[in-house]
Amino acid sequence: MSGRVLVGVKRVIDYAVKIRVKPDNSGIVTDGVKHSMNPFCEIAIEEAVKLKEKKLIKEVVAVSCGPQQSQETIRTALAMGADRGIHVEVTGKDYEALGPLQVSKIMAALAKKEDAQLIILGKQAIDDDCNQTGQMTAALLDWPQGTFASEVALEGDKVKVVREIDGGLETIKINTPAVVTADLRLNTPRYATLPNIMKAKKKKIANMKPADLGVDLTSRLEVLRVDEPPQRQAGVKVETVDDLVAKLREAGTI
Amino acid sequence: QSTLVVAEHNNEKLTPITLNAITAASKLGGDVSCLVAGTDCAKVVEQISKVKGVKKVLVAQHASFKGSLPEELTPLILETQKQFSFTHICAGASAFGKNLLPRVAAKLDVAPVSDIIEIKSPDTFVRTIYAGNALSTVKCNEAIKIFTVRGTSFEAAPTEGGSAASEEVAASSPAGVSEWLEQNLTKSDRPELTSAKVVVSGGRGLKSGENFKLLYDLADKLNAAVGASRAAVDAGYVPNDMQVGQTGKIVAPELYIAVGISGAIQHLAGMKDSKTIVAINKDPEAPIFQVADFGLVADLFKAVPEMTAALNK
Repeated sequence: MSGRVLVGVKRVIDYAVKIRVKPDNSGIVTDGVKHSMNPFCEIAIEEAVKLKEKKLIKEVVAVSCGPQQSQETIRTALAMGADRGIHVEVTGKDYEALGPLQVSKIMAALAKKEDAQLIILGKQAIDDDCNQTGQMTAALLDWPQGTFASEVALEGDKVKVVREIDGGLETIKINTPAVVTADLRLNTPRYATLPNIMKAKKKKIANMKPADLGVDLTSRLEVLRVDEPPQRQAGVKVETVDDLVAKLREAGTI
Repeated sequence: QSTLVVAEHNNEKLTPITLNAITAASKLGGDVSCLVAGTDCAKVVEQISKVKGVKKVLVAQHASFKGSLPEELTPLILETQKQFSFTHICAGASAFGKNLLPRVAAKLDVAPVSDIIEIKSPDTFVRTIYAGNALSTVKCNEAIKIFTVRGTSFEAAPTEGGSAASEEVAASSPAGVSEWLEQNLTKSDRPELTSAKVVVSGGRGLKSGENFKLLYDLADKLNAAVGASRAAVDAGYVPNDMQVGQTGKIVAPELYIAVGISGAIQHLAGMKDSKTIVAINKDPEAPIFQVADFGLVADLFKAVPEMTAALNK
């Protein structure tokens, strides 16, 4: 395989930020909160760039759907080694309702337009925790899927994927074109170096709208409210192991 | 109103999370059917037809269902849906269900709802977002509702008392775009992590993979499963299938013992629904103590062997 890889990169609230629920329970406070690239998307970019460095593919295209600021996320991907970016601009109400189904439609349309041979996505985003976009993009394209990948090897016109499953690992071989979603152990993403950040500024980001791709953004999911989870109360400190065992026995836990 | 539960199994045994999904399906009201697709799954059909609440078992057997590849199962589910017009399709939120159901949903142009923890009404579900730091109540206005079920949030359906009829559904012709090669399951005599009554987990504080032996010894005394934090997995101490947390497994045992785990929010998301939480950590400021029912500030290398010994008494 010597083609083009599309990688989806999502802008999310930084993993280290403690999120806050809006007082009116309509969602999460995002204004003035640090955002970064979804960590699983970083792994996806790293994998694509590695394939390019091994000369197994020709071009890595980073795609992000969202408002103007999504371009920063694309810049990060470019600094990590992606060749160019595509920003699919989604704003306002459309952005609030943007979910995995709509993003999958955008990714599938782009895959056709760009004649991609492989799409690599993170297995889930750390904001909505949906874990759907890769599977749905594969479905819409009728491509096979290698989800939760911890090892990816290109073998001729097929991809061998080692997958993280509940009891251990599983190996599958899928035809290309295909969709792969990255799990945590696939690789360790690189840090963008200053020279690469500078170089990334010269790389091109194309801008388009979902309508340019013929994608309808209608969503039939409605978030009624967002709540704080019930808080667990801290219990007691025990002084010794014997104390602990006694307390657990008293509670009938052991 | 009628619900299809896609059963997860290995042709010999039903995977326990399917029982939790059946409970969720029963809560919706209406008939519950289960689809068992496999290569030679008569035993599973027999098990599932006895599960309380299951009205009908749909069976599809074909060599192409080996390894439960989503490329092969999706056309089958679509065919089944065409025949029976279910209002809801669900499965457990395991690696199997998460892999399969979104693919089915996209084919039906439906937005699925992942990993639900509560059913408010047949179209309204509660799920966690931001690693369990917020709860989102979602109304699904799709004609067909497709969702995966968090196993720890619904009781397992009783495995006795049902008498479902079984019915063959025609296997679709193989898609042939993917091939299942092998599975390497971690072998363990201990209980399975997500269904164990007691879980002992280790974090970076264990300092090495060898030191996990301390936890295995303690776990064996308690008939417990052993888990780990992402930090311990990232450090290479233990394999990823032991990971408890938002990106690993969600557990809710009767007793959870966190050893040398600081308590990153990501880890808490995977275990904070445990009934009783014990934390052993030498850092009194570790966030894990904020959720622990019993906290012991101590050097784990002393405390854990002591605890193992104390359990002998």
